[in-house]
Amino acid sequence: MIDGVIALYIFMLAAFTGYEVISRVPVILHTPLMSGSNFVHGIVLVGAMVALATADSTLARVIGSIGVFLAAGNAVGGYVVTERMLRMFVSAGKKQERRP
Amino acid sequence: MSGATMSAATVIQLSYLIAAALFILGLKRMSSPVTAVSGVRWAGLGMLLATIVTIVFMGATPLDLGLVLGAALVGGGLAWVSGKRVAMTDMPQMIALYNGMGGGAAAAIAAVELYRGETGNATHLTIALIGGFIGSVSFSGSLIAFGKLQGLITKSVRFGGQKLVNLAILVATLAVGATIVAQSQAAAPAVTGFFVLALLLGIAMTLPIGGADMPVVISLYNALTGLAVGFEGFVLDNAAMIIAGTVVGAAGTLLTQLMAKAMNRSLGNVLFANFGETGAATGGLTGTQKPIEASDAGVMLAFSQKVIVVPGYGMAVAQAQHKVWELCQLLIDRGVQLRFAIHPVAGRMPGHMNVLLAEAGVPYELIADLDEVNAEFETADVALIIGANDVVNPDARNNRQSPIYGMPILNADKAKNVIVIKRGQGQGFSGIDNALFVLDQTRMLYGDAQSAANQLIHAVKAAG
Repeated sequence: MIDGVIALYIFMLAAFTGYEVISRVPVILHTPLMSGSNFVHGIVLVGAMVALATADSTLARVIGSIGVFLAAGNAVGGYVVTERMLRMFVSAGKKQERRP
Repeated sequence: MSGATMSAATVIQLSYLIAAALFILGLKRMSSPVTAVSGVRWAGLGMLLATIVTIVFMGATPLDLGLVLGAALVGGGLAWVSGKRVAMTDMPQMIALYNGMGGGAAAAIAAVELYRGETGNATHLTIALIGGFIGSVSFSGSLIAFGKLQGLITKSVRFGGQKLVNLAILVATLAVGATIVAQSQAAAPAVTGFFVLALLLGIAMTLPIGGADMPVVISLYNALTGLAVGFEGFVLDNAAMIIAGTVVGAAGTLLTQLMAKAMNRSLGNVLFANFGETGAATGGLTGTQKPIEASDAGVMLAFSQKVIVVPGYGMAVAQAQHKVWELCQLLIDRGVQLRFAIHPVAGRMPGHMNVLLAEAGVPYELIADLDEVNAEFETADVALIIGANDVVNPDARNNRQSPIYGMPILNADKAKNVIVIKRGQGQGFSGIDNALFVLDQTRMLYGDAQSAANQLIHAVKAAG
């Protein structure tokens, strides 16, 4: 297990990072960014896969499979909707350049 | 430990390190419109790397590997199809749904660990339980939020003593959790009871919250899922989960605060005051709504010098953003000075309107937020309100009795003329009467935003 105090340091630094990264975001990107951060916690997928791979009973395998199913939905769905939303901002920017 | 397993573990750890870095850089790039798309792709690359390395190097038996791949393909495939198909206007509930799935996954990891029934140390058990608790609440709560926004759940369930019941469920959950830690042994029935209670709490907490407050609630559950993932990262010794989960937890908490602040409400108020659909405390309005024909409204717009457009949820529901932009382009070509005014919480999420206007191709410089545009209403000939309601209600400034008193609003009532496109005469989403609609200079154009915009386009063209 990651040593207790080291773990707390990781926790603290990550919390500050999250706060800093988002604190200067324009309002127009709040929804895409919420969607983007929703995608990022889809990393729970790797944990769910490890939990399933180390399952030692049928019950654990069932719950683990549900976990992987849900986590994959979070990761893939989160990515698809975020990318779709953000692509619109790009195309809006390009249209804007084309306007005289 | 043999050299081979050492290197597999090292490869996994390194891939997680790279993934965590890509997540942070990705989020950073997502916070500017120019680099935003590359941001999500960087984060996606990190996710892909961590996932593939984990599958290859985690050393699963063929059976387990089959289960992993099967479950991931089914879950990912369904999400891919639904995510590609969903209309832009329905994005908020899809975010709620995918977020709930993440919370459920964190809870599932906790369940697998706890059902092992090993006598672990107290810290390990406590962290697994906290993550499982938060993940479960986020899971069931997000699903209720999804159901409400999708229109599957139309009533907000409220009864006397509801807060006491919710508090009782919370206390019972914590008590069961404390028992598990105290015995430093996770007995299966206790674990089951713990998760059932936590899931129940998520449902009970979310059911009474009105639709108008859902953005804040979804944002809160997004932050909670992040935290749950972070906690389960500690349980699994998974640095990528700890970092990504905590970053999202912190960012999501900040975002939730920003949203609540834009509505002039505290988070506690959103969660416990059961606002959203009550709003019965408003005294009746004096005055009546005065209708206008589309042809007259079109002429009024065509011969204005300055028009400010205020879009709201009604525009989203009617998918009218393209028609609205077509109308606005006509006006701009006629020399009308035109801007869009976006309230921070217009629509169902902050930035929801911006996403829709971007989809229609509206350039950024025409879009103004509350602080930029509010002084300009006084010089505007027409404020065109398209399916917005509470965010332009002057009661928020003037009427201390109003439930939304104190909320920052767009001062559309200061414009010389106000045209309101609205589906009917009834109250809006939040059920609060709108004093703007009965002002002397206000005219109501009834109809759904799409057809109203269409009629206005014809009327402006006809105005010559």
